Amino acid sequence: MKLDSKIPEGPLAEKWDKHKFDLKLVNPANKRKYSVIVVGTGLAGASAASSLAELGYNVKNICIQDSPRRAHSIAAQGGINAAKNYPNDGDSIWRLFYDTIKGGDYRSREANVYRLAQVSNNIIDQGVAQGIPFAREYGGLLDNRSFGGAQVSRTFYARGQTGQQLLLGAYSSLMRQVAKKQVELITRSEMLDLILVDGKARGITTRNLITGEIETHMADAVAICTGGYGNAYFLSTNAKNSNATAAWRCYKRGALFANPCFTQIHPTCIPFSGEYQSKLTLMSESLRNDGRVWVPKKQGDNRAPNDIPEDERDYYLEERYPSFGNLVPRDVASRNAKDVVDDGRGVGPSNVAVYLDFADSINRLGENVIREKYGNLFDMYERIIDENPYKTPMMIYPAVHYTMGGLWVDYNLMSNVPGLFVLGEANFSDHGANRLGASALMQGLADGYFVIPYTIGDYLASNSFDKIESSHEACQESIALVNDKMDKLLAIKGEKTSTEFHRELGKLMWEYVGMARDEAGLKKAIKEIPKLREEFWQNVTVSSDKDLMNKDLEFAGRIADFLEIGELMARDALDRNESCGGHFRLESQTDEGEAKRKDDEYAYVSAWEYKGDDKKPALHKEELTFENVELTQRSYK
Amino acid sequence: MADMTLTLKIWRQKDRKSPGKFVSYTVENVSEHMSFLEMMDVLNEQLIKKGEDVVEFDNDCREGICGMCSLVINGRPHGQEHGTATCQLHMRKFNDGDIIVIEPWRAAAFPVLKDLTVDRTAFDRIIEAGGYTSINAGGAADSSAILVPKSDAEEAMDAASCIGCGACVAACPNASASLFTAAKISQFALLPQGQTERKRRAANMVAQMDAEGFGDCSNHAECEAVCPKEISITHIARMKREYFKAMVFDE
Ligand SMILES: Cc1cc2nc3c(=O)[nH]c(=O)nc-3n(C[C@H](O)[C@H](O)[C@H](O)COP(=O)(O)OP(=O)(O)OC[C@H]3O[C@@H](n4cnc5c(N)ncnc54)[C@H](O)[C@@H]3O)c2cc1C
Ligand code: SF4
Ligand code: FES
Repeated sequence: MKLDSKIPEGPLAEKWDKHKFDLKLVNPANKRKYSVIVVGTGLAGASAASSLAELGYNVKNICIQDSPRRAHSIAAQGGINAAKNYPNDGDSIWRLFYDTIKGGDYRSREANVYRLAQVSNNIIDQGVAQGIPFAREYGGLLDNRSFGGAQVSRTFYARGQTGQQLLLGAYSSLMRQVAKKQVELITRSEMLDLILVDGKARGITTRNLITGEIETHMADAVAICTGGYGNAYFLSTNAKNSNATAAWRCYKRGALFANPCFTQIHPTCIPFSGEYQSKLTLMSESLRNDGRVWVPKKQGDNRAPNDIPEDERDYYLEERYPSFGNLVPRDVASRNAKDVVDDGRGVGPSNVAVYLDFADSINRLGENVIREKYGNLFDMYERIIDENPYKTPMMIYPAVHYTMGGLWVDYNLMSNVPGLFVLGEANFSDHGANRLGASALMQGLADGYFVIPYTIGDYLASNSFDKIESSHEACQESIALVNDKMDKLLAIKGEKTSTEFHRELGKLMWEYVGMARDEAGLKKAIKEIPKLREEFWQNVTVSSDKDLMNKDLEFAGRIADFLEIGELMARDALDRNESCGGHFRLESQTDEGEAKRKDDEYAYVSAWEYKGDDKKPALHKEELTFENVELTQRSYK
Repeated sequence: MADMTLTLKIWRQKDRKSPGKFVSYTVENVSEHMSFLEMMDVLNEQLIKKGEDVVEFDNDCREGICGMCSLVINGRPHGQEHGTATCQLHMRKFNDGDIIVIEPWRAAAFPVLKDLTVDRTAFDRIIEAGGYTSINAGGAADSSAILVPKSDAEEAMDAASCIGCGACVAACPNASASLFTAAKISQFALLPQGQTERKRRAANMVAQMDAEGFGDCSNHAECEAVCPKEISITHIARMKREYFKAMVFDE
C-alpha cells in the first residue's frame, strides 16, 4: 500500500493557504444536500460538528455521555497554546512550530505542525468571541502562563479549567446549530462499527445505551473524533468512558493505525494508592511553573518532607537540566521520576512518588497568589490525599495520560479509507512521539474549526453519493457483526469480571509497554496479551441485559478491544528500536541516559494494517522528510 | 483505620416506566482511601459475580468536572461534603457499620432511566434556547480587540464553572433549574461578548426552563448549599434582573 500524505507543494509557510485555494468548494446552495456523521463531542467533535453545520451541511453528532458537554475534553486543566506573542517574549508561528516539532522528537510532519501553529491564533479569537472567560490581566488583556518544553509564555488558560471552558464554548456553538436543526444530536449512543459501501465510509452502527437497540446511521462522510486509547493501561488520567472502540472498529474495517506505541506518561499525577483504584488524577503540568520537584538525597529516607533539610534534598530536574529546570518536557520529567524511584529514593506510603514543593513560591509570592492560580487543583489534591499542599509538599508520580498514536490521516485529515476523517486525539497527526503541554486542546480545535471545514468540502465535491438505505447488505452485515459480539460476551458466563481482565491487561502494559521498554519485555507482552485475551473470551462474566441500560456490557465490549490494541502497541514498540519522545527503548540511550533517536532507520510513521484476527498486522511506513528544521538530539540541559 | 462494612439502601428501577424500590446490599472491605464511586464499583463487581444486574449510575471523569455523577446520598445531592461532587467524595468521611441511602436525582424534568441514572437533556435544551453567542467559526476579531476587566472576567468564570450536574434541581423543593440557568445567563451578562443578544437570551432561556417543567425559584437557597462548584445565588438575582429588563424593554 502506498501512503500518500498529500502534503501540498511549496514553501512551508505558504502550503496551507495555497492548499485552501486549490481545494474544491461545494457551493453554498448545495451544502444542504450533503450529510456528515461526526462521532464524538469533545473539542474535536463539537467544533467540527458546529463548524460544518454553520457552513450548511447536515450533521449528525453522536456521543456516549448524556450530554455533549461531558466529553473527556472537559477535564483538561492547564491551558491551550497559541502564537499570539502577547507577552512580547519572542514567540512566533515559527517558534510554536519549531517547539512542537522538537518536542515531538522529530516524528511528526512539518507541514501539519506548521498549519497547527498558523491557526492557533484563530482558536483564541474564536474562544473569546464565544464568551470564554479566559484569565485576564488587570488591564483587561488576556493573560499567559508557561508550560513544559517552551521558553516563552504562550499558554492561555481559564483557571485550572481550560478544557471545560473551551469545550463549553464549542458546545454552545453546537447547541446553537442543534436549535437551528442543522445538527441532529444523538447522545447515550455508542459507535460499534463502521459501514463501508464500495470502499467508502458511508455510515456507522451504534448501540442506543438506554434501550440497547442496534441502529445504523448513514451519511456521505464520517468523522471520528472519539479521543485516545490511554485506558488500555486500565489506570490512566482519562475518563472512565474513554475508549478505543470506535477507532479500533475503523482499523478492523481497513483504516491504518499509526504509531500505536506513542503514548504519553504525564509526570504530575497523584500516585497510585491501592488495587480498588479506578483511575488516576492529573495535577496540571502548569504546577511545575511554581512547584519544585525533589526527592531526598539518601535512599530510604522516611522522614516527613518538612523535616528533611535543604542540603539533603535533590532537586534533580534543576540539577540535571539547568536551562529548562522543572519545565522540561513531559517525557523527560517522567523518566527522571522513574529513575529516582528505581534508585530507592521514592517518597510517600508506597515509596513510588516524588515531591512537588510550593514552599519557595508561597514565600516569594504569598499563599494568595498561589491559591488564585491553582486553588482548585490544591483542593482536589487535598480531597484525595487528605493532606494540605500549602503546608506539605505534594506527592506526584507519572501516569498514562495521552496517546499520540491514532488512526493514520493525510494532510486533509482523511484516513486511507475514503470518506473517513479522523480528528483530535483519535488521529496521529501532529504530536510525533511526544505531545507538548497545552497542545492537544489546540490540535482538537484546529482540526474541527479550521481544517475539516475546508478539506471535507473537497472530498464531497469530488465524489458522487448514492443514497444508502439501512436495508443495504453492508448495514445488515454490520448489525449482525455487532450483535454477534455481544451475544458471545453474554453467553460465556465465566468466573471473572471484565474489570479484572482490564486490570491485568493494565499491569502487563505498564510493566512492558510503559515508561521504559526493551525487546525481551515487549516480546513477553506480545505473548501474554493474546493469552489474556483468550482467557477473557472463555472466562468473562457480563451482567446480562442486552435490551436495557447495561454499563457492564458496554465496558466488556471496550475491554475486548483494549485486549487487541494492547498487542498492537507492543508490536509497534518492538519494531521501533530507537528511543524517541515518550517511547524509550532501553537499548537506545545516550551515555547520559537520555533518549537516543536513530534517524537513519526510524524517521518514519509506522502505519499498521489489519490482516485478520489470527494474522499478524502488516507494517507500512510513511517516510518523514525534514526540509525546514535540522534534526538534532533534543537537549533541555 | 480498618476496612469498613457498610449497608447500602439503593433505589433500583428497571427502566423509565417501571416502578422502583429500595434494595439493601452489604459491602465489605471498604477502604477509607476509596472514593464513593470506587465503593460502588466494589458492589457492582459483587453483583456481576453473583449473576445479578449491576446498579446503573452515571459517572465519567471522576474528577468533579464532567457533571455526570449524580447521586442523592443520605438525602443530600452529592452527599454531605460541601463543594464536592459525588465522585470526589471519599469513604474516609464514613464509618464502619454505616447505613447509606442512595437515590437518583428526583425531579419531574429529570425522569429516571434506570436505577440511579436520570435523563438531564432538559439542561441541553435550555442552553439550546440561548446559551451561546451567535458567532461562526472564522468570523471572530482579534482577541485583544476585546478588553474585559479582570474582576468581570473572574466573576464570569465563577458562573461558567457550573458543571451542569443538576444537583441544584435535585435539592430544590420546587425542582427549579434557576441556579443552572442563571449561571449561564450571568456569565454572558458580565462579558462584552454577551451584550448583543442579552435580552433575547434571558427571555428564551427562562421560557425554556418553564417549558421543561422545572419549578419557580422561591429563594430557598438549597441549590447553592449543594452545588459542587459553589455557584452563588447572586447569579439568580442577576438572572431575574436580566429577565425583567428583557420583558420590559424589547430589543
Ligand atoms: C486530565 C487531563 C488534563 C488535560 N489537560 C490538558 C491541557 O491542559 N491542555 C491540553 O492541550 N490538553 C490537555 N489534555 C488532553 C486533552 O484534554 C485531550 O487530548 C483532548 O481533550 C481530546 O479531545 P477529543 O475531542 O479528541 O476527544 P474527547 O474529548 O476524548 O472526546 C471523545 C468524544 O467521543 C465520544 N466517543 C468516544 N467513543 C465513542 C464511541 N465508541 N461511540 C460514540 N461516541 C464515542 C465521547 O462520548 C466524547 O464525546 C488533558 C487530558 C487529561 C486526561
Ligand atoms: S449550578 Fe451547581 S448544582 Fe446546579 S448544575 Fe451547575 S454545578 Fe450543578
Ligand atoms: S464523574 Fe465527572 S463530575 Fe463526577
